[in-house]
Amino acid sequence: MRIGVLALQGAFIEHIRMLNNLGAEAFEIRNSLDLLEKPDGLVFPGGESTVMSKLLSDLGLFEKLRSLIISGTPVMGTCAGLILLAKNVEGGVPSIATMDITAVRNAYGRQLGSFETVAPFADAGNIPMTFIRAPVISNLGKNVRVLAEVDGKIVAVREENQLALSFHPELGQDTTVHTYFLNMVSGTI
Amino acid sequence: MTENRSKLNKELAQMLKGGVIMDVTSPAQAKIAEDAGACAVMALERIPADIRAAGGVSRMSDPQMIKGIQKAVSIPVMAKVRIGHFVEAQILEAIDIDYIDESEVLSPADDLNHIDKTKFNVPFVCGARDLGEALRRVAEGATMIRTKGEAGTGDIVQAVHHMRTMNGEIRRIVSLREDELYVAAKNLQVPLNLLQFVHENGKLPVVNFAAGGIATPADAALMMQLGAEGVFVGSGIFKSGNPAKRADAIVKAVTNYNNPVMLAKLSEDLGEAMVGINADEISILMAERGK
Repeated sequence: MRIGVLALQGAFIEHIRMLNNLGAEAFEIRNSLDLLEKPDGLVFPGGESTVMSKLLSDLGLFEKLRSLIISGTPVMGTCAGLILLAKNVEGGVPSIATMDITAVRNAYGRQLGSFETVAPFADAGNIPMTFIRAPVISNLGKNVRVLAEVDGKIVAVREENQLALSFHPELGQDTTVHTYFLNMVSGTI
Repeated sequence: MTENRSKLNKELAQMLKGGVIMDVTSPAQAKIAEDAGACAVMALERIPADIRAAGGVSRMSDPQMIKGIQKAVSIPVMAKVRIGHFVEAQILEAIDIDYIDESEVLSPADDLNHIDKTKFNVPFVCGARDLGEALRRVAEGATMIRTKGEAGTGDIVQAVHHMRTMNGEIRRIVSLREDELYVAAKNLQVPLNLLQFVHENGKLPVVNFAAGGIATPADAALMMQLGAEGVFVGSGIFKSGNPAKRADAIVKAVTNYNNPVMLAKLSEDLGEAMVGINADEISILMAERGK
């Protein structure tokens, strides 16, 4: 399995390390040449969504990634990566817009509002979740399933081949979410 | 600061990696920086080149000015306090700043002590010239490090020197036997546990950016190739002929720092670079402040 990790800015190395630990091959996507060989899955990491959105557009990656996702390539977006997937973004960051959700940016405020918690994810039971200047999800389309909620706010969703999370599963040691994503890539869930 | 808060603050710095943090002095400049792809802005009344030119005492910026910048952009907003001035830090924490830079660019408020950053919930970044300074700042609670370089000069030589020194020392610590770390910690004047972390992991316990003298896309890519995890650009952008274009080019140079073909394109037709001052010809070395 070869997973392409968007490496324009942010915490992409953490995702690559996590994927490698689970036995998947991962490579960095920095410009359109990196997509000549089709990846089996895509990861959009945490970072600043405004930065990634601008670079996606200037480096000619928006359309290429959108068509990969529409043609069924499994994708996981975490935090800023969730914003890149959302069809609607409150605060108006241009996105790849393949997932039928609204992302509310900086929903918990500035850094002093960042927090850690433990909550159930899908049917895997409780997992640790780290929220850093995190977004939340609202206005779900009819094919979007909720995988996790914290304090009544939706923080993880899936729509067919797309997985989006408000929190950062790439930080820390828990591999539940990456294992779930790799199962999506191999087609078992 | 609880252990949990310190971890979250280190993790925010992880999210800034691969990005460019730009000095801005107004909401309008902050917007230009955000639109150009800055991953955070540093709000201050005067950029380092002007602080250097004006002389005198330079202090924390007016909170009202910082709040104006917080309203103008959605990316993290940082601001500077004087070395050792913990009340300026309390004030910035009270206005919900995202990161505080305890900075040698301002006039030091304490000639011996840095701020006890473990007493705060808000994160701190500090400058360092070598591994000893970096680990002392981490021991005091800093959750992000940057090279000091020599701010406001547009001269990259000091930032290069500091990054090479730090990474050279890290390589040396990795090569030591475990039983040699005690005396190494004594010589570097740093806590043993932090040195043990460096020995085991081959890196600082926090994210390390480059700062001080970056003026061109090539400067930014040089620092990234030397091991910086991101860059701060102070005077280099808004002291240049075409700030928006230069900011945009430096952001792309940091993302594609290993791609000379792209770097060549990004370096074209950027207009006037900031007027440089040779770091050997200046009377005040900001990097000498706070060891």
